[in-house]
Amino acid sequence: MPRILDELDLRSDSDVPDVPPPTDSTPEILKRALSGLSARWKNWWIRGILTLAMISVFFLIIYLGSFMLMLLVLSIQVKCYHEIITIGYRVYHSYDLPWFRSLSWYFLLCVNYFFYGETVADYFATFVQRREQLQFLIRYHRFISFALYLTGFCMFVLSLVKKHYRLQFYMFAWTHVTLLITVTQSHLVIQNLFEGMIWFLVPISSVICNDITAYIFGFFFGRTPLIKLSPKKTWEGFIGGFFSTVVFGFIFSYFLAQHQYFVCPVEYNSETNRFMTECEPSELFQMKKYSVPPLLQAVLGWETVNMYPFQMHSIALSTFASLIGPFGGFFASGFKRAFKIKDFADTIPGHGGIMDRFDCQYLMATFVHVYITSFIRGPNPSKLLKQLLILQPEQQLSVYKTLKSHLVEKGILQPSLRG
Amino acid sequence: MTELRQRLGREPGGTREPEEKESESENKLDGETASDSESKSEFGGSPPVPTSDDTPEVLNRALSNLSSRWKNWWVRGILTLAMITFFFIIIYLGPMVLMTIVMCVQIKCFHEIITIGYNVYHSYDLPWFRTLSWYFLLCVNYFFYGETVTDYFFTLVQREEPLRILSKYHRFISFALYLTGFCMFVLSLVKKHYRLQFYMFGWTHVTLLIVVTQSHLIIHNLFEGMIWFIVPISCVICNDIMAYMFGFFFGRTPLIKLSPKKTWEGFIGGFFATVLFGLLLSYVMSGYRCFTCPVEFNNDTNSFTVDCEPSELFQLQEYNIPLVLQSVVGWKTVRMYPFQIHSIALSTFASLIGPFGGFFASGFKRAFKIKDFANTIPGHGGIMDRFDCQYLMATFVNVYIASFIRGPNPSKLIQQFLTLRPDQQLHIFNTLKAHLVDKGMLGSLEDA
Repeated sequence: MPRILDELDLRSDSDVPDVPPPTDSTPEILKRALSGLSARWKNWWIRGILTLAMISVFFLIIYLGSFMLMLLVLSIQVKCYHEIITIGYRVYHSYDLPWFRSLSWYFLLCVNYFFYGETVADYFATFVQRREQLQFLIRYHRFISFALYLTGFCMFVLSLVKKHYRLQFYMFAWTHVTLLITVTQSHLVIQNLFEGMIWFLVPISSVICNDITAYIFGFFFGRTPLIKLSPKKTWEGFIGGFFSTVVFGFIFSYFLAQHQYFVCPVEYNSETNRFMTECEPSELFQMKKYSVPPLLQAVLGWETVNMYPFQMHSIALSTFASLIGPFGGFFASGFKRAFKIKDFADTIPGHGGIMDRFDCQYLMATFVHVYITSFIRGPNPSKLLKQLLILQPEQQLSVYKTLKSHLVEKGILQPSLRG
Repeated sequence: MTELRQRLGREPGGTREPEEKESESENKLDGETASDSESKSEFGGSPPVPTSDDTPEVLNRALSNLSSRWKNWWVRGILTLAMITFFFIIIYLGPMVLMTIVMCVQIKCFHEIITIGYNVYHSYDLPWFRTLSWYFLLCVNYFFYGETVTDYFFTLVQREEPLRILSKYHRFISFALYLTGFCMFVLSLVKKHYRLQFYMFGWTHVTLLIVVTQSHLIIHNLFEGMIWFIVPISCVICNDIMAYMFGFFFGRTPLIKLSPKKTWEGFIGGFFATVLFGLLLSYVMSGYRCFTCPVEFNNDTNSFTVDCEPSELFQLQEYNIPLVLQSVVGWKTVRMYPFQIHSIALSTFASLIGPFGGFFASGFKRAFKIKDFANTIPGHGGIMDRFDCQYLMATFVNVYIASFIRGPNPSKLIQQFLTLRPDQQLHIFNTLKAHLVDKGMLGSLEDA
């Protein structure tokens, strides 16, 4: 094994003193200290007001519709990316590396172009069909994205400077891991959104609710620490948060499932050039009678209950949000401790950066996407359609004939009168 | 090609002082070094010894009949021939063996890069970390192999009940496995070693991204037809060898500061030689079905078969030679396979952009002060040293095939169609019908 130099003594983090937990943005301090200190209450009020402000902005954007939501997701993604990259610069003191900031933004652009191209082509299939230039871009999309990425890669290789190789490689890897985390997840969030706004709202609300209720339960009943990484989390908060989040998710989905606006897949209407959410609600969102298991019958006193099937799925979503979602938070805490930072940034007073608010959401977004593709729907029909339309005409004709015979066989299509 | 370690003894003394000051200030802040200059402390004492055992270019400068250097040259040459022979044997043995070899190479490359990470960070004794790295490798491989198996072995999968369930919930299962690893990582974070552990986590993921995704793209290319696997790999190898030969005989102008031994003459000579080689190799290979046919899994014999009607890419066609070349070559038309035109694109990429993969690996080795990735192959270094240029090539071939050669697979589309709900099926059918009528493919044949 070739000898590696010892210049990085990274055996432990002990060469840098541990930063004591800061007191101004950690309400749990209230538990231990006197609760009448005005500075702390002031901070508590700030956090509370900002929380309400964020939730109101959230509702406003929902009201404004899917397109605004997409823009919001995109802005959050760009901001999170910026925060994490800035941390990388600080850690490696690499502000003055040549090209690197441009390259990071360039890679962000490339990866977003790739993902948006795949999504746009799927969901705007009818819009795209009509415009020739877009057709070309769609057909050769992967090649164009790859060529763009390669350009960035070659620029990186050409920008390697003799004394800074290691730094530049670190920043390159940092950029790629950040892209992997922030950009892919934000696109999964948008894909979930297109399934129906309920698939976007319920998971996000469950995570937020879990955050808040775990804090409240911890505040009032917290006694046993949960994990060394986050000394303020307690088992009581964790379990209390779990049960309240499941109940919240259950009730919230009941209300949302009644409105077509939330339940229908987002479609792009070529005639009106807008997004619309109008459809026949799928069977997930139609009331069904369920028999209450005998165990619960005694408790609740009902024999059957009218529920939406979606509410059963919401239990799965809330469970994930409460049990596994916090690991995303622990990961972010570990990250902040590893790099000795208090918050990702100072964007939101009292809360830190955007990334601080969204650390638990990332695992959730992927989970919801995987859940939908595995259990809810099969392959994406619009994607299938897009691929069908790319085929050669002779292939299309033979596929058409096969499909027709299949549909006639199944009785879905009436056999034609001629031919 | 292996690179020389930086000859620090040769650097001008004037640059030492500012670097040392810079390194001290860095150390004060957080123990993280901002530049590579810390190496001064280790190299300062030892005299600059040119490593003579792995660098034939030294022959250019030194006497050419030193027996130890020729011995090394012979060692490299013999190993090169051995690897090429091995390559041919594997091709002869068929697609299944090729897939296994790709898998082994991938695991070895992953192991080499992760070991470098351990060495850089002195993190051999981190709890759990080696186990977690291998676990993540397993997860990602499981995910990719599952997708490949589902795509290409659809009928086999549908037949066997356990496979069918695994395939239906494949993404969910893979995600659950990955999450388990993620949670284990979070639970394994130890107070004094957070940063190290995050570094290794990042290192593992970037390595997985590079090594595992590319090896699966290679396997996809293989399934398109063995020619799509053999021609790109051979072009990269040929470019390596030719660029070295041209550089050896005619090399004068350095190409890039990163690899001082590469020259423009080698680069350009290698480019033309590789394009020519690609044309010839594809001509020879296009004649054989076992290379040009997509690899299919035969349900009845439960084995891989390469038997088909060659597509039009692999049927000889007459091409008119452009007037410019007519005077040079003396023919008016030439019979070529259309695939040979594609091979020009592949060889061009292998010669012009492929080397950037090599420069990236050289930069990486310089950044972490290592001479080779490992010592697996005598005279050549590790497996990763041989495969550094191949990675970009594999992705390029895959993207090229997907964009220019074939569209989506019609039978796969039909299978996906059959899993949809009836109302979705009807909607797609009607849209397809409208599209075909639009294009005039469906005239009065069918009822509207």
